[in-house]
Amino acid sequence: MADIRTTIAGLQMVNPVMTASGTFGYGLEFADLVDLSQIGGIIMKGTTLNPREGNDYPRMAETACGMLNCVGLQNKGVDYFCGHIYPQVKDIPSNMIVNVSGSSPEDYAACAARINELDKIPAIELNISCPNVKQGGMAFGVTTEGASQVVRAVREAYDKTLIVKLSPNVTSIADIARSVEDAGADAVSLINTLMGMAIDIEKRKPRLSINTGGLSGPAVKPVAVRCVWQVAKAVKIPVIGLGGIMNAEDAIEFFMAGASAIEIGTGNFIDPAISVKVAQGISDWLDRHHYESIHDIVGII
Amino acid sequence: MKQCKDLKIVAVEHPNDGYVLLKLTDAEQLPAIHAGQFVEIKVENSPQTFLRRPISVNFVDENRNELWLLIQVVGEGTRHLANLQLGDTLNVLFPLGNGFSQGVAGDKVLLIGGGVGIAPLLEYAKQLKQVGATPYLLLGGRSANNLLQLDIFRQFGEVYVTTEDGSMGEKGFVTNSSILQLFNSSTSPHRGGNAQRAEGVSFSRISCCGPKPMMMAVAKWAKEHQVKCEVSLENLMACGLGACLCCVEKTVKGNVCVCKEGPVFDIEELTWS
Repeated sequence: MADIRTTIAGLQMVNPVMTASGTFGYGLEFADLVDLSQIGGIIMKGTTLNPREGNDYPRMAETACGMLNCVGLQNKGVDYFCGHIYPQVKDIPSNMIVNVSGSSPEDYAACAARINELDKIPAIELNISCPNVKQGGMAFGVTTEGASQVVRAVREAYDKTLIVKLSPNVTSIADIARSVEDAGADAVSLINTLMGMAIDIEKRKPRLSINTGGLSGPAVKPVAVRCVWQVAKAVKIPVIGLGGIMNAEDAIEFFMAGASAIEIGTGNFIDPAISVKVAQGISDWLDRHHYESIHDIVGII
Repeated sequence: MKQCKDLKIVAVEHPNDGYVLLKLTDAEQLPAIHAGQFVEIKVENSPQTFLRRPISVNFVDENRNELWLLIQVVGEGTRHLANLQLGDTLNVLFPLGNGFSQGVAGDKVLLIGGGVGIAPLLEYAKQLKQVGATPYLLLGGRSANNLLQLDIFRQFGEVYVTTEDGSMGEKGFVTNSSILQLFNSSTSPHRGGNAQRAEGVSFSRISCCGPKPMMMAVAKWAKEHQVKCEVSLENLMACGLGACLCCVEKTVKGNVCVCKEGPVFDIEELTWS
């Protein structure tokens, strides 16, 4: 059987399949439905220094082969995470990773510093790419200066594995990736959602409360594969690929484009056990094609 | 415990063009389902239907190990479900959410349903009767076509009907029903028709499921008459598990997921004005 164990910037994973932030809660919500120990890493819901109520309803619109969302980083803040959620998730036998967001470099750094104190959290994923908040989020991720400013601030406050999640809503994602690599990121994950919009023509109104939202699901996969391919050629740090992965074949595309691991997001809504099925499917595909290890196909395109 | 599995379709009934009743079973004993909980169905072979469809549990037949889903055909996804055949399987994520309040013996509960929102009230009426509570059913629809399963409802409690076009029962909305008018003025000398049978009833609670404007009208009525009231919301959902935070409703505790904290809420928790 092919070896699908992977190490990303020091994170040892049973397989290269992670669950994407905002689509898998804190893992606990899925515990009845999937064996969490068989997931390479679980990236928990975006956490900010202070609590956030998120955007008004409606926050979701189904679209062809995907969905738009404008949740807007609803969370109870890092203190609540440390005090109430961490005790419940610290013994889940997977890499429990916190997705960190903020509205200023200082915010991001302060939030990351709190997470740094938690023994069982081996990594954070820095969200500089949320399209659904007015301040911060994607504002940092769309310029090389903004991106490196946030990553430098967090790098000083955080000494474990630092993954930076990139936005596709930019002219050159490779330039942004290089800037966060230079600023001290250990890995990059991409893509966050693509900014989109949908209109209810009968009501003559946008279908989302803040008009625009982030598009995810199979509709974005070709864009994501292209971004991963460009970024993997531009940086030396590992690339984690995500965007519309619904099965093992989709995942294999990302590995060939240069991803060392993948995340599954929207797919969790369709099949709560998809991550484990995709991991098994990757192993089966490698066996069928006589590869001994997942590493043998990473970046072959 | 939540499950995600293929259930087998043992009956497909079409009460009329607008609805399909699917009866599902499993080789294993179905999990305990609390009235008001829902399922998320995966719609296969329907490219426009990307997300699962949340559907309330209509009825559980414990003797036959059957789960019933009464589905109104409104779009491509539900049209697909209406075309399913006997022997097909359906991938179901269930049971989800919290249901209606559990009744106790002696409770008199008024269940108010509108349109396809009457579906979960059938199981609730059954469960209330099982614990010795008395359900009263006030069911409203645009027309008689929207009022299904009335014979089964009558096995569990008295049924009062309103239709907007007057094709069955009293003409108007549920909030115009004489059963509510009677409550409003129990000393009124004029009591006709249905209302007479409910004479003297004071309800422990109202449980309501239907279109939002109807539920808001019922909630307003309940507040005015100081009756406890709970409503079942159907906000647009993705995951059904409380993970994606898409289906939130504003409550006194902030935005909460309808799929996980609901779908049934006490109206005192909501910020409806």
